[in-house]
Amino acid sequence: MKKVLSGNHAAAVAAQLARTQVSVGYPITPATQVFEALAEMKSKGEFPGEFIAAESEHSVMAALLGASTAGARTFTATSSHGLAYMHEVLHWVAGARLPIVMVDVNRALAAPWNLWTDQTDSLSQRDTGWMQTYCSTNQEVLDTVLMSFKIAERVMLPSMVVLDGFTLSHSYEPVDVPSQADVDSFLPPFRPELKLDPEQPITFGSLTQPKDYLRLRRRMAADMAEAEDALEEVGKEFGEIFGRSYGQLDAYRCEDAETILVTSGAVGSTARAAVDAMREKGLKAGNLRLRAFRPFPAKALRAFVKPGMKLAVVDRNYSPGMGGIFAQEIKAALYPRPGVSVHGYVTGLGGGDITVELLQEIWERVDDAPVAEIPAATWVEDAR
Amino acid sequence: MTTLKKTKTSIPVPELMSSGHLACQGCGATMAMRYALKGLGQQTVMVVPACCWTVISGANPRSSINLPLLHSPFAAAAATATGVKAGLVARGDRETTVVAWAGDGGTFDIGIQALSGAADRNEDILYVCYDNEAYMNTGVQRSGGTPDGAWTMSTPAGSARPKKDLDAIMLAHHIPYFATATPAYAEDMVRKFAKAKTVKGFRFIRILSPCPPGWKTDPMDTTKLSRLAVQTGMFRLYEVENGAMRLNMNVANRKPVEEYLKAQGRFKNMPAAEIAALQKRIDGFWESEKRQGS
Repeated sequence: MKKVLSGNHAAAVAAQLARTQVSVGYPITPATQVFEALAEMKSKGEFPGEFIAAESEHSVMAALLGASTAGARTFTATSSHGLAYMHEVLHWVAGARLPIVMVDVNRALAAPWNLWTDQTDSLSQRDTGWMQTYCSTNQEVLDTVLMSFKIAERVMLPSMVVLDGFTLSHSYEPVDVPSQADVDSFLPPFRPELKLDPEQPITFGSLTQPKDYLRLRRRMAADMAEAEDALEEVGKEFGEIFGRSYGQLDAYRCEDAETILVTSGAVGSTARAAVDAMREKGLKAGNLRLRAFRPFPAKALRAFVKPGMKLAVVDRNYSPGMGGIFAQEIKAALYPRPGVSVHGYVTGLGGGDITVELLQEIWERVDDAPVAEIPAATWVEDAR
Repeated sequence: MTTLKKTKTSIPVPELMSSGHLACQGCGATMAMRYALKGLGQQTVMVVPACCWTVISGANPRSSINLPLLHSPFAAAAATATGVKAGLVARGDRETTVVAWAGDGGTFDIGIQALSGAADRNEDILYVCYDNEAYMNTGVQRSGGTPDGAWTMSTPAGSARPKKDLDAIMLAHHIPYFATATPAYAEDMVRKFAKAKTVKGFRFIRILSPCPPGWKTDPMDTTKLSRLAVQTGMFRLYEVENGAMRLNMNVANRKPVEEYLKAQGRFKNMPAAEIAALQKRIDGFWESEKRQGS
């Protein structure tokens, strides 16, 4: 059934449809509506699980650590400082191999205070062991939350579903809300092998020697690699049931394109408009959108690129001292790959507009640049 | 043929804690756990944040307690236990007692936000602080639970600040059950844990837990010190149920506090004037208790 939903409400509806058993929340702009929507569902008896309003994000993630270890399907949403405050526990639950699903609504980090979209919050959690998927529409938010539960419970790793603050979180779009019966057929109940159970007392997380520690991390690496396949397979299966398929990458008009705008998140929609406009002028433009960031879609990316291709990577994030984070990761994934150049553009930090015109300008600059040149990050901003 | 005489025991015989744990000799926190589990029984899940018990419970793949145990981040014992309870309830298990078992650092200091939050929400969990009055697992540094005058590695000249009144903080949360305990009074402790198990909502028990290396005491004096703390009036055994306070042991004829202090190397350099002031404070407290009680 089609409904008009904000990105935040699409996330909450997905958590409800997934039959989340424990949700714990704490308010933070611009993710608060997810927490409020779940609270309202709970008060009306429409949310089947336990709902807890915690006193901090650190406690939110710690409570999910407890609930997930007890064998419950768990969900939360946060943003920016909330995510940063969870950082310790993000590592913890990933190491504990708990398939928690969390929505992160991108927002810049202080100082100075800023409320608007910026990917540095989620990207700076890249080494915690969480999977990360970036969405470009509210439909994709709903669908990705559902798929993330399935993928997370298959590879036993937590999953972060990322959407742009305000651009998606507070924008209303028509969203096809699937039936509970269809969701149930796609997503079976969570039944972990090991859980906290007085009948079978076991210890979780005790002191572990170097050899076992390394082996556990190596196992995590193997399961992260499997997650690359899981993202493709579950995305395809989702399409068979719901009519919308997803993969790690989303290529738009790239067949004959030599210079490609590489984006993530809601900028993908703008980039499509920019590509259409350039195509009308006869320019061979394309857009490659990275849905997956962790696991990084290295295999898929290597299969996608061709010699002579130039990638104009648009980063709404910045790692001080190095550059845009997607550009760095793409360079690392493609190395050594002669004949493909990666051009990083940092823009739109703290919610600055990334317009069709700005994307066209970036594309043209890269299209004119020599193939061999791999410059440091170029900073650009909306001219208005 | 001789018949064995059967002794009546007031403490349950089954043991949920085993020997071979990794605690120091004379550790009060092991006695505390042993008695606590006798009161709680098998249908219990333990949540342990960073503290001595992280080590005492045993390194992977061994465990010194025969219960499900979840290790949690330092600041998050109460929040993790909150989630465990919710997860069990979501699975249809409303019976299992969920216990957060933390030291004084994880309770008075870094964990107090999560503790206050869980108490405020009246989560259906039991939070236990085994209070050995400093960060003992990291090698004896001052915590909010360290009494004034006590040496620690971070207060080499003696702690200048009085012990934080955590009991008052917890009672300000209007929780249904609060108690103190110490291992010298084993029956009292077992009874309080058995009682706490039956109460619905947030329950808190603070255990004074002697620590031979941190207190600079002889390991064989642990029970003696635990008892002296009560007999000198330094530590009160009491419980508060739905706001009603009951003193479990009225020590009208108190031993001088010096007896308790003298037995501990950590108070070795406490000046006589400060000891006298402490004695006065203790006497004053018990006098006011007597007046309120009469």
